[in-house]
Amino acid sequence: MNGASRLAPWAAYALVGAGALVMLAPFYFMFVFATHSRTEIFDLPPPLWFGSELPANLAILTERLPFWRNLGWSLYVALASTALTLLFCSMAGYAFALFDFRFKGALFALVMGTMLLPSFMNMIPSFMIMDALGWIDEHRALYLPGAASAFGIFLMRQYASTAVPRELVEAARMDGCGEFAIYRLVVLPLLRPALGTLGLVTFIGSWNNFIGPLVVMRSADRYTLPLALRSLQSTVNTEWGALMAGSAIATIPLLVLFVLCSRQLIAGLTAGAVK
Amino acid sequence: MRPRASLTAALRNVRLSPRWAPYVFVSPFLVLFAVFGVFPLLFSLWLAFQSWEPTSGLDAMEFVGLGNFAFALQDEWFWKSLQNTAWLALASGLPQHAVAIPLAVLLHQGFTRLRDVTVGAYFLPYITSTVAIAIMFSSLFSTDFGLVNATLRALLGIEPVDWLGRPEHIKPAIAVIVFWRYLGFNVVLYLAALQTIPRDLYEAAALDGAGRWRQFWHITLPGLKPMMFFGVTLSVIGGLQLFEEPFILTGGKGGADQAAMTSAVYLYRMAFDFNDFGGASAMSWLLFVVVVALTWLTHRAFAPRRGGR
Repeated sequence: MNGASRLAPWAAYALVGAGALVMLAPFYFMFVFATHSRTEIFDLPPPLWFGSELPANLAILTERLPFWRNLGWSLYVALASTALTLLFCSMAGYAFALFDFRFKGALFALVMGTMLLPSFMNMIPSFMIMDALGWIDEHRALYLPGAASAFGIFLMRQYASTAVPRELVEAARMDGCGEFAIYRLVVLPLLRPALGTLGLVTFIGSWNNFIGPLVVMRSADRYTLPLALRSLQSTVNTEWGALMAGSAIATIPLLVLFVLCSRQLIAGLTAGAVK
Repeated sequence: MRPRASLTAALRNVRLSPRWAPYVFVSPFLVLFAVFGVFPLLFSLWLAFQSWEPTSGLDAMEFVGLGNFAFALQDEWFWKSLQNTAWLALASGLPQHAVAIPLAVLLHQGFTRLRDVTVGAYFLPYITSTVAIAIMFSSLFSTDFGLVNATLRALLGIEPVDWLGRPEHIKPAIAVIVFWRYLGFNVVLYLAALQTIPRDLYEAAALDGAGRWRQFWHITLPGLKPMMFFGVTLSVIGGLQLFEEPFILTGGKGGADQAAMTSAVYLYRMAFDFNDFGGASAMSWLLFVVVVALTWLTHRAFAPRRGGR
């Protein structure tokens, strides 16, 4: 690796660094444009630095959309989805990792099989089942169906099989600990790092979810953020400044999470692939 | 009193028995999977053979045999959407790997202190909402003084391009967005794979006088092959499902001359714009066959040969 290098190290650094800046540029301009009016955004040359129109953009945003309510729904759905996913996936993952039971192999194959199903296969059936259940326009249609996600079960099983010693579970059982108590008091604390990762991944997935709400949500009052923002775009005179402000606000939580735990997030999101 | 006591005893028994516990723990998955997975899927398979509009109620269903499939296969837009999807999957997928591999090698070799930050910068688009991304890019790609056109004009003197309005430009524009979004994901995959290549292979090669280029060609690339197979498979599967970017950038319609109408977008329109749920279901199963076939082909093309290295 320290052989004769044709490409000077600084050139490699510069190339990779410049690429990274290009990757980040759209984010920068999203935040810059959020502070400019529609006409300023399309000036020639376009604005490269922050302006003073953020309050005006926010005013337009909240006038055209129930924006804060949409934000609240997004948060509510993401939190509910995260809580349920953590519960269901840790239970199933624990069972697959530490119990021997009939049909275990077949059931786990089933879990993995659901991961291979393309998302478009689900679009029409999922609308129909929600329609049949009367869940159209209900938020539980967004957080319940995916709460036992194959990815989450897989992640939990992988982690539990190394992090939870069989002897510990056996010992607890000997001491007369019930199965739910073992799960809650012994297993869950040991799974905490993996729960954190799965929680992050689930929260972000739900926060960004567009197809789900697109298919089942009907009233603008109950939209989550992505759907609300898109509805603003489809009007004739798109208010780009307001739209950018809304997009920027929708992106801020993700940026914060990413800055705080990028390592964990990257590891979690590529877990199925890397392991 | 007595039945009640035996009931609680029974419940206690169930609760305590390690024999039944795993089934209880797996049951939320089973229930959700049955209700929101298996049942709808079977229903959609059945629906593929029916003619039905959801507004007219379940009674209005009419068995049409293979009619929906025949319609799809003769439908010009269906084939067009397949072509669009294939074009976009290739034009956004292959460059991802062609760029991600050298990028990962550079990051692996050269970057120590700033590696995490740099990888983070490349990865960030992957976790951002597609809607925010699409909104952002539709402003950047605006014809009149969007940032892309302004830059092209300033640097190369190119006249403004109608990126999102012309059929021949919208596909490259979407491919750029998809490339931008998934590049970092692939970089992380290849970085992980690079860490599994033993260092002494390089040292031995260096002792034998192999330069960096030959090391890359004879050690790094073969070492990355399993991950290339996996990564390309993921890109193919993902590319064939492309929905959100073209959907949002074209206002849900598929763009001028349907140039950006991917199969998933067409599927959505069939069902929710044209109210043809039977036809859309048939199409989704056809598409599923295509995905399975292409995954298998990718597997054939890239899978590491068994027996010997």
